[in-house]
Amino acid sequence: MRRAGKSGIFSKIYLAFIVALMYIPVILTVIYSFNANKSPTVWGGFSMKWYEELAGDRSIREALGNSLLLAFGSCFFAILIGTSGALGMRGRQSKFDGVIAYLSTLPIMIPEIILGMVFLGVFSFMNLPFGMVTLMIAHTAFCIPYVFMMVRARLEGMDKNLEEAALDLGARPFAVFRDITFPAILPAILSGALLSFAMSFDDVVISIFVTGARTNTLAIKIYTKLKTGVTPEINALATILLIVTAAVILLSRGIGRHKEKSQEIETP
Amino acid sequence: MENKQKKKGISLLVPIYIFTILFVFFPIIYMFFVSFMSRAEVWGFDMQFTFANYIRILEPIYLKTFVRSLQLAFTTTILVIFIGYPFGYFMGKLSAKWKARMMLLIMIPFWTSSLIRLNGWIIVFQSNGMLDKILMGLGITTDPLKLLYSYPAVLFGMVYALCPFMILSVYSSVEKMDWGLVEAALDLGAGRARAFWDITLKITMPGLLSGVVLTFIPSMGLFFVADILGGSKVVLVGNVIQEQLTKGRNIPFAAALSVILMIMTSLIIALYRRIANTGKIEGIF
Repeated sequence: MRRAGKSGIFSKIYLAFIVALMYIPVILTVIYSFNANKSPTVWGGFSMKWYEELAGDRSIREALGNSLLLAFGSCFFAILIGTSGALGMRGRQSKFDGVIAYLSTLPIMIPEIILGMVFLGVFSFMNLPFGMVTLMIAHTAFCIPYVFMMVRARLEGMDKNLEEAALDLGARPFAVFRDITFPAILPAILSGALLSFAMSFDDVVISIFVTGARTNTLAIKIYTKLKTGVTPEINALATILLIVTAAVILLSRGIGRHKEKSQEIETP
Repeated sequence: MENKQKKKGISLLVPIYIFTILFVFFPIIYMFFVSFMSRAEVWGFDMQFTFANYIRILEPIYLKTFVRSLQLAFTTTILVIFIGYPFGYFMGKLSAKWKARMMLLIMIPFWTSSLIRLNGWIIVFQSNGMLDKILMGLGITTDPLKLLYSYPAVLFGMVYALCPFMILSVYSSVEKMDWGLVEAALDLGAGRARAFWDITLKITMPGLLSGVVLTFIPSMGLFFVADILGGSKVVLVGNVIQEQLTKGRNIPFAAALSVILMIMTSLIIALYRRIANTGKIEGIF
């Protein structure tokens, strides 16, 4: 009799089938971005002309610039706020901290559209200029949870003895942080940051609510164009977006693997 | 020294306290407040307390939208359970090497824009598109199915977008499972179905439940799936909120709709915590 916990042939077929289904739209998008024909369903031979057209389109270049600025910026603020928050809350038993921790993770818990609407309302109340500023605040809000939660989880799993021993032996608090705490949480910071980068680069729902009339991101561009139907140009745009996110994920996986290894070293 | 440490800790907390209070707590409170104000002529709202926005939700047209959104969310969740649970379960049984590979395979489409994936499905579903050509080529159908801009297309898009949440949640609880228990049950004469029902399913229940929460909540707000795959034929609460904000310019009403949606969301999370007896939602972190 087969042992429990081992997979059979049926299960492997099932897994392969679902994975194939997951990749169908992605692969089709990439293939059709090289389609010489303008129709999205008729193949007219290989061509790079949509990419050339994109490269020549000023509004696309602008949107790409905005997307990158936004993703890097919100990532930076999320690292700053998320990491300092997780460090500050470490080892404290405060009710307020619990409330703030809960609230700060709300932006990824509630439906995106509500967050978008909430921001729209409050930004116009605060009289903020709609555009990059509002986008940056909104994106930072939903990026903080990724960094904050990951760093917090890492700190919880960390052995405090090492730091205490260093302090007892006369090391200055800053040196302890620099040589022990920081290297330990760095992988968590980086993988949280990469996740936020990918999320920010992709976001449509919240962005369309908080952006101004003149500020576009790549994701917003795709959305507005998609509403009028598929064009090879969107396929090319989507392919670029896909490559950026895939690269970021592979990078974060690499860091994750590094993290596992360093954990193994810590607890031999 | 202890004291100094503590002080340093507090200054570290300043950024997250300020940001969260200013840009998460205050905005949500503000939305509650606005939902009780009356509509202004052009944009914004008048400072006049009213229940009118909430009463308006009870109008049949909006009530129907809520019911339809809930229906779609339920159907989506059930389909996601039946497709995602076996996947997570089988994935948990793979060898360590294949687990890691499978994880990567799932993560890439999961973290890439759902727009890109929707775009791909338009190519498939379009009238005379990929699917029609294959079906007509095989002689299964004679005419284009006109699947794009229909309810089934929206349902498909929802299931497709949300399945990874279920897979990851179930997988994380299957992975932790002690298969010795199942073997013991089998040794003691239980059938495979019985062993699955009594042991595997019970042990993986937290994963399944968190998958349900992670599917159900977003499925009420994914207005762009309905927008892109459903044309204007499928209208969900999310679409109404968006429409009220952009075309209707009725912020108080949109706020009231959001408040109701948020209350429903919190109720579901609270229910989950009660049933699963945990504060954490498994799988994602």
